[in-house]
Amino acid sequence: MRYALYLGCTVPIRNMNYELSARKVAERLGIELVDSDQFGCCGYPMKGVNHRTALLMAARNLVVAQEMGLDIFTLCTACTGTLTEASVVLNEDEALRQEVNEELEKATGKRYNGQVKVHHIARVLYEDVGLAALRDQIKVSLNGFRFGAHYGCHYLKPSEVFEGFDDPEAPHTLDELIEVTGAEAVQYNTKLLCCGGGVLAVDEEVALAMPQAKLQELAQAGIDALVLACPFCDIMYEYNQRRVMRNVDPRFQLPVLFYSQVLGLAMGMSAEELGFSLNRVKSKGLATKLAALEAAKP
Amino acid sequence: MIESTQLDPNFKDEIANEPGGEHILSCFTCGTCTASCPVRVVTDRYSPRKIIRMALLGLKEEVLSSDFIWLCSACYSCHERCPQDVRITELINAIKNIAVREGHVPPAFRVQVDLLRDHGRLIEIGDYDNERRAELGLPAIHEQPAEVAEILKVSGTIALGAAAPAPAEDDAK
Repeated sequence: MRYALYLGCTVPIRNMNYELSARKVAERLGIELVDSDQFGCCGYPMKGVNHRTALLMAARNLVVAQEMGLDIFTLCTACTGTLTEASVVLNEDEALRQEVNEELEKATGKRYNGQVKVHHIARVLYEDVGLAALRDQIKVSLNGFRFGAHYGCHYLKPSEVFEGFDDPEAPHTLDELIEVTGAEAVQYNTKLLCCGGGVLAVDEEVALAMPQAKLQELAQAGIDALVLACPFCDIMYEYNQRRVMRNVDPRFQLPVLFYSQVLGLAMGMSAEELGFSLNRVKSKGLATKLAALEAAKP
Repeated sequence: MIESTQLDPNFKDEIANEPGGEHILSCFTCGTCTASCPVRVVTDRYSPRKIIRMALLGLKEEVLSSDFIWLCSACYSCHERCPQDVRITELINAIKNIAVREGHVPPAFRVQVDLLRDHGRLIEIGDYDNERRAELGLPAIHEQPAEVAEILKVSGTIALGAAAPAPAEDDAK
């Protein structure tokens, strides 16, 4: 398994813990991630401004992977949605590809051949590595940990571009990926709720009101951490957690982890090497469990 | 009161001709979209059903100059559930694209156009960021703005920026 690693704008600056843990887990699983400094923004922010601009920006990134002779491996679900949609429409619709290529060639001198596919890390772990192979890699069971899975909207939607992968109305892949580590994936009512990240730039008040219901429900359920796989969701649930919850409970603290950090722990890596010091929201409960996990290692 | 003389009956066709807006005429106003909407839960300023109804009626100026079309979080909940396959998330994007062409651009997006033009990405990379990356054993990353700026130019988006282009390095000295 060999992929072009697409980091996007946010992960390499704000979520180095996600990047670090994803790289370590991939390496251990024999997934080769190849870097390129030619990638740029996926195009997502421009979709509402000019649909064609966004498609051209996505196509430019597909061309970078094409020149590497590799499919794309993503960490951010917003990038995943945008690049997947672009690859599906451009790979399938030859007339549109021609039209887009005329403009892409004018801007960059390059054309897209319609061959590149896009895979989010969780999908690679679930589909290409597979739960059985992951189970074989578990060195330290996370039995006793309770996590709430948050599926970023663009991990699975619009479903028309994700080839029937998982079920957007009753998603289960991230829950299964959590359970393979020995931890419990807690079921909860607000699981499908959007983080609100898409509205943050336009209306902060509306955006910051959106993560509250999920954080409250999960805290009441007594979980150790919310587990996600998207930097935008992290901005809402972790980075802005204090602002989101200040009118409800100024001392509110619910840790947020990236899935690759959880998997890395179960594969026997230390919290330190998985970048846990960069997770902003700490809790005594989680710290105690992590220390116990480390102490129990042979 | 809505005055029929103020309606633009061609607005729905304009939307139907915009990429993403093709299915607007299939809407039968059932409201599954608004009932599914996580933004609607926190504010009554946003209702996809209302936006589609206003568009079908021809309330062009009210829709295009509104703040509410920009409140869609693009979660695709309505998109997945719509029984008429109106493809609502893409439809709202189509309406936003028309609004932009008519001069209604939220300031945040003007800033984003400038960031993309100057850095090729939404978050600028400073020396400090690469120092931190090096400490963690992560490879340095570099900005690649040239091709993205050309794309913004070719697709006519660059003019929407908020500020004049950043001076070239020689000029800045």
